[in-house]
Amino acid sequence: MYAALWRLLPGPRLVRALICLVLVLAVLAVCFIWVFPWVAPHMPFNDVTVGGN
Amino acid sequence: MPPPVAETRGSHARPTHRGAAVLSLVGELCITVGVLLFAFLAWQLWWTDVVANRDQAAQVRTIEHAFEQPTTQTPTTPTKPVSLGDAFALVRIPRFGAGYVRPVHEGTTAKILSEGIGHYRGTAQPGQVGNFATAGHRTTYGKPYADIVELRNGDRIVVETRTAYDVYVVTDHEIVLPAQVDVIDAVPGKPGVRPTRAIMTMTSCNPKFSAAQRYIVHARLDHTYTRAQGLPAGTLTSPKGG
Repeated sequence: MYAALWRLLPGPRLVRALICLVLVLAVLAVCFIWVFPWVAPHMPFNDVTVGGN
Repeated sequence: MPPPVAETRGSHARPTHRGAAVLSLVGELCITVGVLLFAFLAWQLWWTDVVANRDQAAQVRTIEHAFEQPTTQTPTTPTKPVSLGDAFALVRIPRFGAGYVRPVHEGTTAKILSEGIGHYRGTAQPGQVGNFATAGHRTTYGKPYADIVELRNGDRIVVETRTAYDVYVVTDHEIVLPAQVDVIDAVPGKPGVRPTRAIMTMTSCNPKFSAAQRYIVHARLDHTYTRAQGLPAGTLTSPKGG
């Protein structure tokens, strides 16, 4: 999977590495901004109220 | 004939190659999931605090500024109902640090609790007879009630509203199951009983990082000071010892 991605990327090794870094940061940003806030309420450790809401 | 030989070799090699490809794909997916789980932990345990602490500090400044504006209300005039999500009070707890101050919002939804302390809808307002019941995170989202187990009987909790400072004094704590809603009754543990005293209740999770139980702290109203009177000097001094 990642080997195929590496082959698909253009340019010399340094350019490919930089593109990879940007891709990783983009994935993390999407997770931090949208995915994790959506997942968190479904996790069992965030409840602090009695009776549930 | 060379071509058939090459073809035989190729058909021999292909399944092995495909198996290796599938294996490496599964392996890479496992590693990816592992990295993402670690990222989720970092987000939950660190980033939510960074964001919430910044937001709540900004809210506190806004609310303090709003409270300083002249008002015609006095502590005795009935205040208009607060809308869900509105920040209407500030909580200061000297035990949590001399500079500790957090906003209180109306309601206890997950979103509201990520923005500060939540006030259980339908429970008493600060300083009123009945139970001013609140909930706060003990971990993550700025964790306003992180140190709830450090509270000792006699510790002060100051609730500032537009009109007054209500000083509560901690009376007791208990650990209950999440379904035990009578801790936020007007008279805790006595559903339907008409209250005669003004108390405050704090609820948070217990143990830390778990939702198996709730840690409950009760406090009684000790004194109400009007905004004009202000808090007596030393009220917000951190208590010594534990």
